[in-house]
Amino acid sequence: MTAPKRTPLFEEHLAANGKMVDFAGWEMPIHYGSQLKEHEFVRSDAGMFDVSHMTVVDITGADAKTWLQKLIANDVSKLGFEGKALYSGMLNEQGGVVDDLIVYLTAYGYRMVINAGTTEKDLAWMERQKAGFDVSLKVRHDLAMLAVQGPNAIAKFCDVKPAAAEIVKSLKVFQGAFVGEWFIARTGYTGEDGLEVMVPAGEIAALFRALVAGGVAPCGLGARDTLRLEAGMNLYGHDMDETVLPLEAGMGWTIAWEPATRDFNGRKALEAAKDAGLKMKQVGLVLEGRGVLRDGLRVVVPGVGEGVITSGSFSPTLKHSIAIARVPVGTGATAEVDLRGTLTPVRVVKLPFVRNGKKVFE
Amino acid sequence: MSNIPSDLKYVASHEWLRLSAADGVVTVGITDHAQELLGDIVFVELPQVGAQLAAEDQAGVVESVKAASDVYSPIAGEVVEVNATLEAEPQLANTDPYGQGWFFKIRPANPADYDALMDAAAYATEVGA
Repeated sequence: MTAPKRTPLFEEHLAANGKMVDFAGWEMPIHYGSQLKEHEFVRSDAGMFDVSHMTVVDITGADAKTWLQKLIANDVSKLGFEGKALYSGMLNEQGGVVDDLIVYLTAYGYRMVINAGTTEKDLAWMERQKAGFDVSLKVRHDLAMLAVQGPNAIAKFCDVKPAAAEIVKSLKVFQGAFVGEWFIARTGYTGEDGLEVMVPAGEIAALFRALVAGGVAPCGLGARDTLRLEAGMNLYGHDMDETVLPLEAGMGWTIAWEPATRDFNGRKALEAAKDAGLKMKQVGLVLEGRGVLRDGLRVVVPGVGEGVITSGSFSPTLKHSIAIARVPVGTGATAEVDLRGTLTPVRVVKLPFVRNGKKVFE
Repeated sequence: MSNIPSDLKYVASHEWLRLSAADGVVTVGITDHAQELLGDIVFVELPQVGAQLAAEDQAGVVESVKAASDVYSPIAGEVVEVNATLEAEPQLANTDPYGQGWFFKIRPANPADYDALMDAAAYATEVGA
């Protein structure tokens, strides 16, 4: 075991009474007292998450675009202007998901944000994919990242950082911009409006303290997980991994099939799987009674087959349990979950569960 | 640092017991240490009133955002009352684990069993407090 890594906000987490846990080799706050209250704060006001454990990679070189068009399943040619963001899977030749990521178009090339737990593997994979391309990768360990999320997040951020307010207020959803060395994007992982802010590591603690003073609540990884689950957003390693096709993990919308000549990694495998007929699909599960659906629990669809819960928890917004599951394509409106030995009926719904503070499924 | 009141008894599965001298009935809940480990509690399942439990029998379930955990009877006896308020407001087990967050009351089959259980100092050692 190597010692856990710490972000530049470690001391701030301790000062804010963060309960620290190991997450993908990083010592991160799971909550600062109550995960439920932090969740509620993001849905109703503004909260912030230290996401400095995630990795920022800047991509430059004459072939940066054509390389990304091979590397990821979505197509960076959709990025029509500087700052625009694109969500995509990075696939292997079998069509499995090496990681999910966001890539932004920038003046110098592209900026990519990848998951913490997959960073080493991703960078090794990306290095291998570089052969024959004029492309350079620069891992930005010098940056730290904060996600400021909630209906009042942008207004409170602008109050704290008035110099950036004009640019920040002009950002459309899924768009970012440089403000000096800071990169500020209107993106997130909560289903609420908000920002993800990448700044030089030495400046993040002052920003964190200023936002606390400005009424933005520090929130831990626990609330981040229930927020993204309610928002129907995948978590790498849970809802998909290298053995799962994005088509069976609710990521079909992230695959750019046109132009048909773009031979991205995994394309042939995905086409073959489609031709053969997909076996599984991603759905939401709702348990309105008592009990909590948990990751890994068996889903039984009588007469159809079996599936698995890939992410499950209690929904603080809905006050009952919800889950993301991978189930047979023939699954209808109901299923059963093996809950501590009892097959318990659940409803099968379309994701997401919650957007902008409101229940959205039928 | 978790709170371990000195006037209670404890078992290693993180339940506490409080003996009422007036009627010999024992109130049972989960410790501050247990609720801290569980995080925000969202559901509880309590035993049936009238249930005859042996020590270490499953007496209920507590589910937090993080995990589901069994609650065990720390002593043999008959369940005489359950905390219906806790079923409606499970977070009481987080906010007031030794007070309003109690789980059930049990009449011990053998009152001497109570005296043999861990005191606060022993439980503090048990949890490394």
